[in-house]
Amino acid sequence: METKDPSAPARPAAVASSLPTQAPVASGAISIQKYDFFYGKAQAIHCVDLEIPSKQVTAFIGPSGCGKSTLLRNFNRMNDLIDGISHNGDILINGRSIYEPGLEVTSLRKRIGMVFQKSNPFPKTIFENVVYGLRVAGVNNKAELERICEEALRGSALWEEAKDRLHESAFGLSGGQQQRLCIARAIAVQPEILLMDEPCSALDPIATGKVEELIFELKKTFTVVIVTHSMQQAARVSDQTAFFYLGKLIEFDETKTIFTNPSNKKTEEYITGRFG
Amino acid sequence: MTTPSPTPRPMRNPGSPRGEPLVWMSAMGLTLGLTMVLGLLLVIFSEGLASFWPRHVEQFTLVEGSRGQIAGSRVIAGEILVDRAKRLVGSEEPQRELQVFVGNRDIYKLGFQWLDVNEIESRSRPEDLILIERMEYGDAIGTAVKLIQADGTEVAFGTAAFETELVRLTELAEERRDEILAIEKSQIGSINRTMDELAIRKRSLEQPADPKVVASIDAKLAEQQGLYETLAAKSKELRQRQKLEKLVYTLPTGGENTIEVGNIIGHYYPNQLGPFARFKRFISNGVAFVWENPREANTEGGIFPAIFGTFIMTILMSAAVVPFGVVAAIYLREYARQGPVVRAVRIAVNNLAGVPSIVFGVFGLGFFVYVVGANMDEWLFSDRLPTPTFGTGGIMWASLTLALMTVPVVIVATEEAISAVPRGAKEGSLAMGASKWQTIQRIVLPASAPGILTGLILAMARGAGEVAPLMLVGVVKLAPSLPVDGIWKSTDIIPMVHLDQKFMHLGFHIYDLGFQSPDSDAAKPMVFATTLFLILLVVGLNITAILLRERLRRKYKASTF
Repeated sequence: METKDPSAPARPAAVASSLPTQAPVASGAISIQKYDFFYGKAQAIHCVDLEIPSKQVTAFIGPSGCGKSTLLRNFNRMNDLIDGISHNGDILINGRSIYEPGLEVTSLRKRIGMVFQKSNPFPKTIFENVVYGLRVAGVNNKAELERICEEALRGSALWEEAKDRLHESAFGLSGGQQQRLCIARAIAVQPEILLMDEPCSALDPIATGKVEELIFELKKTFTVVIVTHSMQQAARVSDQTAFFYLGKLIEFDETKTIFTNPSNKKTEEYITGRFG
Repeated sequence: MTTPSPTPRPMRNPGSPRGEPLVWMSAMGLTLGLTMVLGLLLVIFSEGLASFWPRHVEQFTLVEGSRGQIAGSRVIAGEILVDRAKRLVGSEEPQRELQVFVGNRDIYKLGFQWLDVNEIESRSRPEDLILIERMEYGDAIGTAVKLIQADGTEVAFGTAAFETELVRLTELAEERRDEILAIEKSQIGSINRTMDELAIRKRSLEQPADPKVVASIDAKLAEQQGLYETLAAKSKELRQRQKLEKLVYTLPTGGENTIEVGNIIGHYYPNQLGPFARFKRFISNGVAFVWENPREANTEGGIFPAIFGTFIMTILMSAAVVPFGVVAAIYLREYARQGPVVRAVRIAVNNLAGVPSIVFGVFGLGFFVYVVGANMDEWLFSDRLPTPTFGTGGIMWASLTLALMTVPVVIVATEEAISAVPRGAKEGSLAMGASKWQTIQRIVLPASAPGILTGLILAMARGAGEVAPLMLVGVVKLAPSLPVDGIWKSTDIIPMVHLDQKFMHLGFHIYDLGFQSPDSDAAKPMVFATTLFLILLVVGLNITAILLRERLRRKYKASTF
């Protein structure tokens, strides 16, 4: 997919575009193609076509109930836990469909990290939280685990605060620290893609600021897709923004363009606060 | 235009709006319940502990023609156990009567006597009275006369040497008793087992048998027989030795009696004990009760095998019920598709908790013993048939029957604990690429552990107290050996744990003492004491589980259970 080039002309709003699926794909790129998604009979996502570039931050914005969280949770097939769901179309990651018949969902999820809206550290020690993904994957070498734990905690700016209490319960951390712990846990397994579902909505402004700084660092290594209710956050943090409304993708463009010169009227109404 | 105010509806609730009367009623109910529990515990503790307290022995002189006479004597002596108002028909004067433990059951043929207080002419507490604890016929009460040594010399009571000699000889007698026991139980016991094995091997030889093999087995049998005879001779010699020293004493009712020192367990002078000595004896009586084996058809001695049997059975039951219950609960909650079938299963499980326990006993007998046990015998122990190994009641079947009875409790408690694990933790684990089973194993189960332990506590409390089902599947009045000891039998599935053996159980012991003993008065203090120890055992097991649960709670703080 396209690499980021500030001097290139802004891409036209892509409501429907056809892209060759056989083109060489960069690691961590997500391609959503004519995708519909249903909770039982209710359709939550209508015919979305979207190319999420690799190693950049893409923000999903839109009013409540517009389907952005639903779409995010479909990337790592977390919605499979709900009964009665179905879909049309396809989602490809690195050029391979995530709905391939022989695909093991657990191996898919190992390559995609997820940070939830409400931080959910496991009832274990900080160390065990961070290395959980590694243990699940079968890594048990103590030295290896400790090294990766330090790396991950440094990567999520939690090392200084946590290094002296690695073997204490994770619940001893504050809210913002717990969320950063969840981020550390997610990046410890070196996924290609990091999905963040309103990661700062339960945090105070200072913790939010720290997490946003983190996202800037993370995008050097991972593709980040972040769902956010805060347009200021989207404007601060992301390279591309996708605006959703009632399950449809209304506009997808560089963040600068969306927030200064959107092509679609609905987008303009949303970002100026006329609704949502 | 103003809307008309609605007519106020009369308040239906009685009392003040804050519901204070109802709060008071709840408090009253709770207090009543607690008082009943505490009252029950108090009764059991005081009656049970009182049976260990060494009492004074009083000597009574009765009036002429009193019904309290024993063996024609107006003078009797004994420990006062009960002092109560006599129930008389048609008399206004209040009467009192005493129940007195007179001992000497070998002479009197009875152990207790009721005395009307009005018929007592005088009472005293002679210092010289001796109380002798014996292996047979219980305690003897009297006045010591002399000690006859093995060589015939006599040591009179009252001399300084009497006491030291009696103590020394009693200790030697105890050592000899232990030695006899060791020879008969372990050594001869193991010879018996070896001979049994050889006999079975001989029986199972293919016919026509190789005469060399038969000869070698016969030779081994002869060798064992020789060893047995040596040991039997030694044991007989020791037993003879026990009979050599004798103690002569007079009974309070008159007349002399002679007993062998080999029959004496211990003695003391009940009216000479100071408060500290009395307390020491109280403690030693209690300890002996716990550690000794029963004697005299369970009416004397201790209850150690029953305590041990109950403990082992509860452990085995817990080992069976926890995996079974937890796995069932995990399946019901996490894997099974929630629909009418799963709902029906859950209802069935809950109703299982209400089935009367004797039904489980019958099921245990019919299925475990007669079907599974019989098949196990045919399959694994066919050379022992027709003597059943597992085709009869035993500690394994008893534990499994009780496990079946208590499994609903564990399933319900585990299901509650699993559903209390926060969804975020499960989702987070799945999002990291863990499989469902890995999530259960690493996140859900550790977090539910406190709740599972709660289920186990409830299961143990229920299981340790049930008696009816056990009577059908393996509990006996008197078991010759413990279900776990240092001997490795050939029928052991787990080494040193004799799962096929019958065992003793505290609950059954209480029933046996209270309702099946020849002398219910003699048994009464033991019934209370045994009940006391059953309660202590169950409380002890529960406290252990509770402490374990607290440790786990602190480790996995997210759990709300």
